[in-house]
Amino acid sequence: MPAANIEISETPLVLYALRRADDALVLGHRLSEWCGHAPMMEEDMALSNVALDLIGQARELYTYAAKAEGKDNDEDKLAYLRDVRQYRNLLLVEQPNGDFAQTLVRQFFYSAFADLYWRAMMNSRDATLAAIAAKSEKESAYHLRHASEWIIRLGDGTDESHARAQAAVDHLWAFTGEMFAVDDGERALIHAGIAVDPGTLRGRWLTTLSDVVSEATLTLPQNDWMQQGGRAGRHSEHLGHLLSELQSIQRTFPGQTW
Amino acid sequence: MYTQALNTAETDDRGLEDAVKAAQFQARIDAEERIEPNDWMPAAYRKTLTRQISQHAHSEIVGMLPEGNWITRAPSLRRKAALLAKVQDECGHGLYLYAAAETLGTSREELVDAMLAGKAKYSSIFNYPTLTWADIGTIGWLVDGAAIMNQIPLCRCSYGPYARAMIRVCKEESFHQRQGYEIMLTLCRGSDEQKAMAQDALNRWWWPVLMMFGPPDATSQHSDTSTKWKIKRFSNDELRQKFVDATVPQAQYLGLEIPDRGMTQDAEGHWCYSEIDWTEFKQVLAGNGPCNRDRMAARRKSHDEGAWVREAAAAYAAKRAQRQTAQAAE
Repeated sequence: MPAANIEISETPLVLYALRRADDALVLGHRLSEWCGHAPMMEEDMALSNVALDLIGQARELYTYAAKAEGKDNDEDKLAYLRDVRQYRNLLLVEQPNGDFAQTLVRQFFYSAFADLYWRAMMNSRDATLAAIAAKSEKESAYHLRHASEWIIRLGDGTDESHARAQAAVDHLWAFTGEMFAVDDGERALIHAGIAVDPGTLRGRWLTTLSDVVSEATLTLPQNDWMQQGGRAGRHSEHLGHLLSELQSIQRTFPGQTW
Repeated sequence: MYTQALNTAETDDRGLEDAVKAAQFQARIDAEERIEPNDWMPAAYRKTLTRQISQHAHSEIVGMLPEGNWITRAPSLRRKAALLAKVQDECGHGLYLYAAAETLGTSREELVDAMLAGKAKYSSIFNYPTLTWADIGTIGWLVDGAAIMNQIPLCRCSYGPYARAMIRVCKEESFHQRQGYEIMLTLCRGSDEQKAMAQDALNRWWWPVLMMFGPPDATSQHSDTSTKWKIKRFSNDELRQKFVDATVPQAQYLGLEIPDRGMTQDAEGHWCYSEIDWTEFKQVLAGNGPCNRDRMAARRKSHDEGAWVREAAAAYAAKRAQRQTAQAAE
């Protein structure tokens, strides 16, 4: 009998931790798909490093979500026994790797946000989240540097790399709005000083993007239409395939220790 | 090339001079001195080492594929992180082995191109498929275990850069081996299904792992000169026997059966194993293993699809250098 989905009591704090954990896991998983297949060995190393940082962040956040929920769940149950509709990650991070430009632009958009976000979260009144933020901030700063350097190289490299990088920027832009959205549960956490209001980070995020993108001789789209839904479990078609792979052993052999 | 006929006398002199140098070189090797990149060395020593170190590097890189096959399906987050870190380590080994090979005068690009063209070998073991999670445990336990057996003596190899690279590689490999064994232990203490999965993996990997040590001593081509140059310190069969002796008790502890019924210990305590099917080994070396074509196709695909990225990086670096020169001139 295949393993059933777990049920989660999504209090605002549990949901908040889960959303960030899912971001980190799904993006880490995507990057891990490159391992052994990157354009150069140095990037097999670098992308694996970033993936490992993100999977590490996910583990801490899941563990905290499980603790905040106070039931029988743990990091693996949260990662392996929820289906697409229960996942809460941003649509951006589940987008397929595409070519190297698409992977790096996705990373750049996310890391430019994560760097600011985790730095702000170091002041959270929640001691665990503040501690996770302190570690994640250092990692995100490196991820941003790595991604920014590639955006510049690709944008200002050859005609082909420029075209690919611009296409990736244009394609992924519509998935960035969701990073700054807040629902009622999160608003209460922001009010309590546990969470930060991502809207307050958008100006600086845009400055980082503009600086790097202009040095890369690329342009940001003018289009303001943004896709939403990941935070509420309404995903793209891509996530289901990612999860069926990620969860295959746990679903096939339920309840065992690995 | 075209002046070959004109300088025979000089060549003779060089021959004499080389004979003196070769004797001095051998004396240094016999005295257990390390040979360093700028030292004189016989052309054949350089060639043998370039071949061996680059084959070793190719094995690390191709070896990322069978294990990489399970990164996205690892059964827990802890296992996922550990496996990703392990495969990343292998890439690191590949990188510094290519760097060690480069000290002998051939560039990484040339070495990689030879591998992609099918002109250079890599370890035959990576031409077998990883079918279940237990294969990941078995590879760590046995493949890395066999690699360590081969590589520990290489830490004392006469060529300095290779010996030093091996010291670091061996430390990481021994960590990988413990990790693999721990996966096996978890499976063997788990459900009947998990234990069956572990036994099935051992059944499939055992013989190919024994073949990793290379052909039997009686037929090995390179051993004599490699031994004289202290690149190789133990024969293929000696290393294979050491490995078998170390592994049998580990399998017993796991409660698994080595797929060689009736293995017995001789008077000295060595485990005697049955005849290895060298026909299979030759077939895999000849390109007919279950995954040879898939492995090469995967490496070529990454290389080809990454070409535009490498070109972009080179173009950007050139532009930047040009701008800096222009700025400095202002």
